[in-house]
Amino acid sequence: MPTFTINGIVAEVSEGTMILEAAKQIGIEIPHYCYHPKLSIAGNCRMCLVEVEKFPKLQISCNTVVTEGMVVRTDTEKVRKAVTGVLELMLIHHPIDCPICDQAGECGLQNYYMKFGLHKSRYPLEDKVHKKKVQDIGGQIVLDAERCILCSRCVRFLQEVTKTCEMEFFDRGDHSEISIFPGRPLSNRYTGNLADICPVGALTNKDFRFKCRVWFLKSADSICTGCANGCNIHADFKGDILYRFRPRRSDAVNHTWLCDIGRHEYKKANEDRLLTPVLREGGKPTAVAWDAALFTTAFKLREALEEHGPESVAVIASPQSSNEELYLARRLATEILRTPNFGFASRTPGDRAADDFLIKADKNPNSRGAQLLGVTGEGFDRTVMAISEGRIRALLVFGNVLADVPEDEIGPLLSSVSFVAHVGTNNGALSRAAHAVLPSASFAERGGTFTNFAGRVQRFRPAFPPRGKAKNDLEILAELANRMGAGWAFDGEASVFRALSASEAPFAGMSYESLGDQGQAAGGSK
Amino acid sequence: METVLTTHFDNGQYRRVDRYVELGGYAALRQALAGPKERIVDEVKKANLRGRGGAGFPAGVKWGFLPKDLSRPRILVINADEGEPGTFKDRQIMSKGPHLLIEGIVISSFALTIHTCYIYIRGEFVREAKILEEAVSEAYAGGFLGKNILGSGFDLDVTVHRGAGAYICGEETSTINSLEGKRGWPRVKPPFPASVGAFGLPTIVNNVETIADVPWIVTHGGEKFASLGVEKNGGTRLVGISGPVNRPGIYELSAAVSLREVIYTHAGGLKDGKALKAVIPGGSSTPVLRPDEIDVTFDIESMMKIGTMAGTAGIIVIPEGSCMVRALLVLMNFYAHESCGQCTPCREGTGWLARIMRRIEEGNGRHGDIELILDVCDNMMGRTICALADAAVMPAQSFIWKFREEFDRHIHEKKCPFGNRF
Repeated sequence: MPTFTINGIVAEVSEGTMILEAAKQIGIEIPHYCYHPKLSIAGNCRMCLVEVEKFPKLQISCNTVVTEGMVVRTDTEKVRKAVTGVLELMLIHHPIDCPICDQAGECGLQNYYMKFGLHKSRYPLEDKVHKKKVQDIGGQIVLDAERCILCSRCVRFLQEVTKTCEMEFFDRGDHSEISIFPGRPLSNRYTGNLADICPVGALTNKDFRFKCRVWFLKSADSICTGCANGCNIHADFKGDILYRFRPRRSDAVNHTWLCDIGRHEYKKANEDRLLTPVLREGGKPTAVAWDAALFTTAFKLREALEEHGPESVAVIASPQSSNEELYLARRLATEILRTPNFGFASRTPGDRAADDFLIKADKNPNSRGAQLLGVTGEGFDRTVMAISEGRIRALLVFGNVLADVPEDEIGPLLSSVSFVAHVGTNNGALSRAAHAVLPSASFAERGGTFTNFAGRVQRFRPAFPPRGKAKNDLEILAELANRMGAGWAFDGEASVFRALSASEAPFAGMSYESLGDQGQAAGGSK
Repeated sequence: METVLTTHFDNGQYRRVDRYVELGGYAALRQALAGPKERIVDEVKKANLRGRGGAGFPAGVKWGFLPKDLSRPRILVINADEGEPGTFKDRQIMSKGPHLLIEGIVISSFALTIHTCYIYIRGEFVREAKILEEAVSEAYAGGFLGKNILGSGFDLDVTVHRGAGAYICGEETSTINSLEGKRGWPRVKPPFPASVGAFGLPTIVNNVETIADVPWIVTHGGEKFASLGVEKNGGTRLVGISGPVNRPGIYELSAAVSLREVIYTHAGGLKDGKALKAVIPGGSSTPVLRPDEIDVTFDIESMMKIGTMAGTAGIIVIPEGSCMVRALLVLMNFYAHESCGQCTPCREGTGWLARIMRRIEEGNGRHGDIELILDVCDNMMGRTICALADAAVMPAQSFIWKFREEFDRHIHEKKCPFGNRF
């Protein structure tokens, strides 16, 4: 544990820490472009130069290990001149096309220019080297070679993380360019990360280009719902529209990466949403007030219960639901309705592609949570069997899909059930077959926890309030239960989680505070 | 004067193994293989052998950087990527006495327990590579390379690897990357090649001339070698001289010689009795000297004292009547073309310097351009992974410091006062 001094501040850091990281730990920002905590050291941008006592030359702080008694300065005139000098050199050929560049607002060149530059250009416009702009290089990415500062992060990412090596440097000197090999576009499922790690506007994401200026965006710490991996994300939004997911650092789960499939998950919160409660009588849907929808649902459930017994009602939970929601759904099914027909299935329809990195075959964010809460797959199979045999009179179903039951079979399957209430976010076969549609909040509109495939319990936070008249699932559950005499008095997801952690062994001792923004492993998980 | 390398260079057959052996070649190897390895290293240290690639780092000290344990195989890389403008000495060794290099390689490898050696030869040296490859084949056939060399039980394989024509590949970590089949970019240090070099293995990179000196050191002893030179600069150097002199070429000289002697005694002075205007002493990267600065001995320390470097000992003579602005433009174009593009200051700075130089030489220079050059130089010097940026900056600064009036005249008169002559 060496102790060193930086700008007069004495600090202790762990053995082998580079100056740049050590400085960051004590709140001193050293400007840099090529350094990335999850990639190898390139040391070529030369922005992170610092003065180290006993070294005649300035040293790159990204590749200089802190040693005992080292004295570092980042605030001297010599360092400032070096940094502004490097920045000026980086900008001489830059097209300065910020007004039409998507990176504007989150651009390393802009930010450091405002902080360290503010110089007038000493370089004649006509001497600028021009390179190719707007090149579709495959995957999610468009390359603008003129904006590139040749930091090599993209090249290293493709060598070290995806190991697919699609990009390289071509040419030399100030004609150097990054590109793909002729006729060999990006061919991996992690290309979106290139736009994230590119510190400038050279690599931009096709899906986000020209959609929104980043300074209009706000961000919520969330979890990707695209599969069981539970990648930590920033969900970027404006108003009640999501614009993109960006990976949020989580060394235990996704480092600083996110797959291209997950990146498109945000669209589900924007498109084709259920926004108004609907009751369907005689095949004719009618928009109704929440009170009417909840009253009817509770009444129908209780009616079936009283007339045909608990065997005639069923609850199908969803692995897209949070731990808190699954916990209340289970209590509704087992304590209020006392039905054996309760379960969930993580079998998902469609693409079940997986790899050995982030992408999991289970496309649900919370199958593991459901299992840990005693919501079983057998319960689901049993329930579907009971439905197909015509034994179910009233059904409460959560989520947008019925496990791997094909869309066109859902309608016929449910035709024998006299009352189907659907709690979901998006239009689909379930909402079309339901007698009551109870529109619920998307992952962007509510908070809670998911348990990823490895048992890591992680919080996701709401970006904005529920759209339209949609309601938080927890509220829907509590209102239904209370209309059947439960007397639940929960106040938000945190209070549900407190009850859950108090009674469910795998979650024992956890609280939202202890989960923090990186989550915690459930009992018995690594 | 006693010579180490060039003694038989006039003999056209010296490059054949038979004639080389007849003239005493490979005796040093036999002697080395019979004795302890440590003795060889000791003699090289005693010889004050300084690296001949330009930096002048003591060869024995460099060898000492290899890790002590032998758990990982070690690699010897011979840097034959001689590309520094004004330098053409290694080419002489490889074409006229390739077995000197091979014998040096075997002795050095034996001393350092190395069994694999690559000779990284500049791509443009087509003829030299062919001669070298023939010599390597001869050495294999003669039992000087391969398994069980001369019955000693020592094995060594040598591979001649041709570069693809990049100046930067003469920088030792760039050489290693290129050798591995990668883009010729210098590596960030640490780690240094002695611990993580070619193919991740401990590696020593030595210049051709450095290694070619080793057989003589083994035969005659380190002290004798050291005595041929001056303090801290053991042995002789192959001094190259080019430009309009009467006898341009390679001369094997002690570092005790002065620049004036090289130019006026050995090279016979300038052609047509022209006056001397400037001298670049050790390859194009070394700071230029004025005619009043050449009465100084040509050893590493003396050169440093007057603010320049002995470098590769490739002297470029510039006569009166030449345009220093144009001369610097030529150099700046070279560095802009050869910058590998890795580090920002060098990638962008070399091109910027070249463009400013071009407009000055073409009569479009602006007031403040000279200060601009010096400031850009300041932002490049010592700011990069390798020394290419420094190599571009040193001539730029020194040309301006020492011939400022020529630059001012170009800008003031809006034309080249020398008629663009160089």
